[in-house]
Amino acid sequence: MKKHVALLLVFMLGLATLLTGCGGTTEQASEESDVIKIGIFEPMTGANAAGGEMEVEGIKLANELYPEVLGKKVELVIADNKSDKVEAANAATMLVDKEKVSAVIGSWGSSFSIAAGPIFKDAGIPAVGASCTNPLVTMGNEYYSRVCFIDSFQGTVMANYAYNELGAKRVAIIQEISSDYSVGLVKYFEEAFVGFTGSEDSIIGKASYNTGDQDFTAQLTNIKELNPDAIFAPGNYTEGALLVKQARELGIDVPFIATDTWEAPEFLEIGGESVEGAVFSTFFTTEVPITDESEKFLKAYREKYDKEPASVTALGYDAYLVILNAIEQSGSTDPAEINKFISQTKDFEGAAGMISLDPNGDAIKSAVIKEVKDGEFKYLTVVEPIQ
Amino acid sequence: MGSQVFLQHLANGISLGSLYALLAIGYTMVYGILRLINFAHGDIFMFGTYMAYYAITSFMLPWWLSFILAILLTVIFGVMVERSAYKPLRNSPRISVMISAIGASFLIENVAIVVFGGRPKTFPVPEMFAKVLSLGEVSIVSVTLYTPVITLLLLALLLYVVNKTKTGMAMRAVSKDYEAARLMGIDVNRIISFTFAMGSGLAAVGGIMWGMKYPTLLPLMGMMPGLKCFIAAVVGGIGDIRGAVLGGFILGLSEIMIIAFFPALTGYRDAIAFVLLIVILLVKPTGLMGQNLTEKV
Repeated sequence: MKKHVALLLVFMLGLATLLTGCGGTTEQASEESDVIKIGIFEPMTGANAAGGEMEVEGIKLANELYPEVLGKKVELVIADNKSDKVEAANAATMLVDKEKVSAVIGSWGSSFSIAAGPIFKDAGIPAVGASCTNPLVTMGNEYYSRVCFIDSFQGTVMANYAYNELGAKRVAIIQEISSDYSVGLVKYFEEAFVGFTGSEDSIIGKASYNTGDQDFTAQLTNIKELNPDAIFAPGNYTEGALLVKQARELGIDVPFIATDTWEAPEFLEIGGESVEGAVFSTFFTTEVPITDESEKFLKAYREKYDKEPASVTALGYDAYLVILNAIEQSGSTDPAEINKFISQTKDFEGAAGMISLDPNGDAIKSAVIKEVKDGEFKYLTVVEPIQ
Repeated sequence: MGSQVFLQHLANGISLGSLYALLAIGYTMVYGILRLINFAHGDIFMFGTYMAYYAITSFMLPWWLSFILAILLTVIFGVMVERSAYKPLRNSPRISVMISAIGASFLIENVAIVVFGGRPKTFPVPEMFAKVLSLGEVSIVSVTLYTPVITLLLLALLLYVVNKTKTGMAMRAVSKDYEAARLMGIDVNRIISFTFAMGSGLAAVGGIMWGMKYPTLLPLMGMMPGLKCFIAAVVGGIGDIRGAVLGGFILGLSEIMIIAFFPALTGYRDAIAFVLLIVILLVKPTGLMGQNLTEKV
């Protein structure tokens, strides 16, 4: 009996190494010269796995539609950053040192991109973020670009929404204190909201939680006492859904507003009826295809997955196209050359709108506001960028 | 801060504390018998939650049947872990068993990522546990009310088994002196398996209650609660079942109260448990209810 159990466990261990091994290495070994490797740097496991998976769906779809550049096959190499800042550095090192990729796409979650930024910079490998919106990702790093807007814009959009659309005068904030993304957004939101109301006292309370926390009752009980008009709570969808759920259970019935990270199917599943009415800003909506590329993307995605794509899926798709375009224009596989052409991207037609990168490597784009209604994400409005 | 708000915080703290207590009992029982810290306990807890999830969602069983099935499967799983990872090392130095326990924990976590998937799953909470009850200004979810009751019932049951039954007597004998117990004709392996079965069953109950309170399932969900409940067991006096329950409540309440009254310390939430551990080890190393043991020479 003992032996059998031990054997079974050994077998499971072997299976585990085999399966996880596949994720880290290339799917097929080919000649160096006729493939171009593009690294995918995303959370595939852990609390942010759904975000990573949605972006990878888009990247893979783009790879299927555009499998070649300069007559060479493009090979995708996935490195899992495990939703963890320390693991992020390991995954990035693996991509540049072991896999010797020409460019990198990712990551969902600005914290991981910030952690990996110096590694890509030192190696001189261009990285294109799909949905990492924190300004620090690209700041001071000429090798990091992104195909989405940044949080100073997103924070302002939501402050504007709270003040003008919800008519909120007193707002409470709940931030994910260990996430650079959330803390950054809170700062921009606060600045903008105080600007609208003209009073420092309009932010009536601020509470924090850690990534991975599951119990928010203490923070919420304190916030309930303050009686705010609305609550701004940017952060992960897992924590966000539990947060809203517990708030409703504690009898807090004011609107919750947040940002792009809440757009994940898990948010709806975990939150259930509690998250009805939650409003957040994001990048893209399937209701209003912006470009011809959007049509192409939507058609291919619906055919392949038989569902509606998330915003970040479109951005993953776009990040791949931007890199491919740069490789084609540079006519070379040299990372430095590719990077030069990535940063020159201007009026490039992506699935989630036209992409023009500013000197920091950030895309200037409009934001979309969505609401949870009848268990789905519903498009509310578009907010144009501030030029 | 009004008294209503304080009562709400108290309710929140008790509900979190009773979850910690459920898990801490499992730690303490295994330690009491084997002098082994079962690092895989948190992962057995995770396993129990997933089993209940699959029983409800995939096999469409009624919730009570799913829970019983999940507890049974977890018991089998826990005993399997003991048979494969700890039993072969019965006569090895204690440190080897501990390393084996850490290994078992990592193995279970990583296999779970492969088998269950890395994306969070949502625990289907039965209606009767999801009702929101309002008592004046204090509102609680019904599961919050059930958990402490279940914890205390299980505590009473355990105390009965350990103190009043023959198996319990054998357990106490094994924990006092392993060799002598064997010489007295006690089937030590059977007793140890029984202890693991009970500990795993408790972990499963804890996991199910946890899943109903915080309905996100992740393969690594057992890690932090596992560590914290180990601390709860140490604080209460490891090896003492009542101590584990007490430690769990202390930990849950102090976490909630510190966040409630010192919001600036929220970022250190997980550190609170470890600070508590250090303080207890400095002030009363045997824990609140632990007895002083003279080392055998």
